Amino acid sequence: MRRAPLYLAAIMVALCSAAPFLWSLVTAFKQNRDLYNPDNNPFLYNRPPTPDHITYLFTNASFGTFAWNTLWVGVLVVGITLLLGLPAAYALARLDRPWAGWFGIAIFLVYLVPPSLLFLSLSRIVVAAGLQDSTWSLVLIYPTITIPVSIWLLIGFLKAVPRDIEEQAMVDGYSRLGAFWRAVVPLTFPGIVAVIVFAFTLTASEFIYALAFVSPSSEKVISTGVPTELIRGDVFFWQSLQAATVLVALPIAFVFNLFLDRFITGFTQGAVKG
Amino acid sequence: MRTRVADRDGALAWIFLMPSVVYILALVGVPFVLAVGLAFSDVTSGDPSFDFVGVDNFRSIFDDPVFWQSLGNTFLFTAISMLLIVVLGKIVANILVADFRGKWVVRFLVLLPWTTPATLGAVAWLWLLDSIYSPIDWVLRQLGFLAEAGNGSNMYWLGEPALAMASVIAVHVWRLTPLAAVIMMAGLVAIPKDMDEAARMDGAGYWRRMFEVTIPMTMPVIAVSALFGAIFTFTDMAVVDVLTNGGPNNATQVLTSWAFFRGIDGGDVGQGAAIALFLFPLLLAAAIAILRAVRRLEVR
Repeated sequence: MRRAPLYLAAIMVALCSAAPFLWSLVTAFKQNRDLYNPDNNPFLYNRPPTPDHITYLFTNASFGTFAWNTLWVGVLVVGITLLLGLPAAYALARLDRPWAGWFGIAIFLVYLVPPSLLFLSLSRIVVAAGLQDSTWSLVLIYPTITIPVSIWLLIGFLKAVPRDIEEQAMVDGYSRLGAFWRAVVPLTFPGIVAVIVFAFTLTASEFIYALAFVSPSSEKVISTGVPTELIRGDVFFWQSLQAATVLVALPIAFVFNLFLDRFITGFTQGAVKG
Repeated sequence: MRTRVADRDGALAWIFLMPSVVYILALVGVPFVLAVGLAFSDVTSGDPSFDFVGVDNFRSIFDDPVFWQSLGNTFLFTAISMLLIVVLGKIVANILVADFRGKWVVRFLVLLPWTTPATLGAVAWLWLLDSIYSPIDWVLRQLGFLAEAGNGSNMYWLGEPALAMASVIAVHVWRLTPLAAVIMMAGLVAIPKDMDEAARMDGAGYWRRMFEVTIPMTMPVIAVSALFGAIFTFTDMAVVDVLTNGGPNNATQVLTSWAFFRGIDGGDVGQGAAIALFLFPLLLAAAIAILRAVRRLEVR
């Protein structure tokens, strides 16, 4: 591609993606009298910007609680995912079972079974487990979303580790398990970090389960808490809502972008050489 | 010695796989079977006792015109979104694999719609498409396309059935295009460099190489990203729930939101399950069709 059209296209694409967030950012600092006047130019500050609505988000709207819930649910889910997914991926990538290929596809297909199909019966399981209206229900259920896709990505990363390395570790006296833990896992570490970020993003955006299982506001996560608590009937706390959107969007996309190249390699290896 | 190690590998493989398999069977397999059972039961949130009622639930959901409307909307939204996601994703992927300055920032901004939780992205759009304060309306008013005040001074993006449907589709496309782009980038970087070089040597221009080398070579990944785009649109309800809540007058109701409305809000778990179950054969058919397409392309 030639230079000028390339830059033009890149800027267009970036603007189209970011436009709603730019609009959110402008809105977040507006005074009510400025915002709710349809004659004002909506892109400018007709009155001085104010940080009040962002303060409100943290003092009155329990945004902090939602963020904290999202964070600890995410960390626990990622932990469970790696604990179960990493050995499974190793078994499928390296232990030379003849059924490893179709098993990998079967696990990937599980990822395609959508929450919308399962939420009704899962909510009954959650009730039976005594976890209704508790954030812990999400810790229990979310790994069903993250494990399949993480296994898929990890297979790709594990296949990229040269076989010589674990053979050498086994010659040096490690068992198969020891070679996996001491030699293969450290080398896969960059891929593991990429999977951590991916799995966390998935749990942070999940909506249906969080909406179906948890209703008290102190137990809610960001994806359900922000829209339900900052919209009261017909009253919208617009500036605070938009501030919340930007505050959540920027850090996740930032971290994800750091690992983008690794996902791309993980995807290729898992899919093409699967 | 060799065989003993191999034997241990076999046992180890099962030990390594078991926890994941048990977890998934218990929390995906069992609820799936349960969902099928619920669809044939009269369970409600008020009366959770299980009684078999045969196909009664299906009969009553089929009698409800809203179900057919949701089914139609689901197909319409999925088909249009998938098409746009694949085309735009391809374009974005081609831009993002090129080398240019400021690429990090562009990639960051392009990722935003997908990495942001769907409900929050939808909240940003809800404000962008507000019935009174939409900045799009303001621009249209300044350009003279809308009246300055009073009647006809707003588009009501989410209030008019056709515009509401277009808005929902636009948000789906906006949200899922980055994912499709990332998957297609994976395909693009996997093309052997010498193929492209050879075509270049033969004097093929950018577009010729695009349509005769790049696109055929990356067909499997394009199919995979189409599958993802379709399934995520098909099963989503976050966007619909936040933007329109199925309205106006069920114009944007989809199967998932309708199942949620009947099953959780309305408390009729049996009917909700029957509606949700309707998704499954369609999803399975789509997944099989696309996986077979991928396989055929890989063999060739």
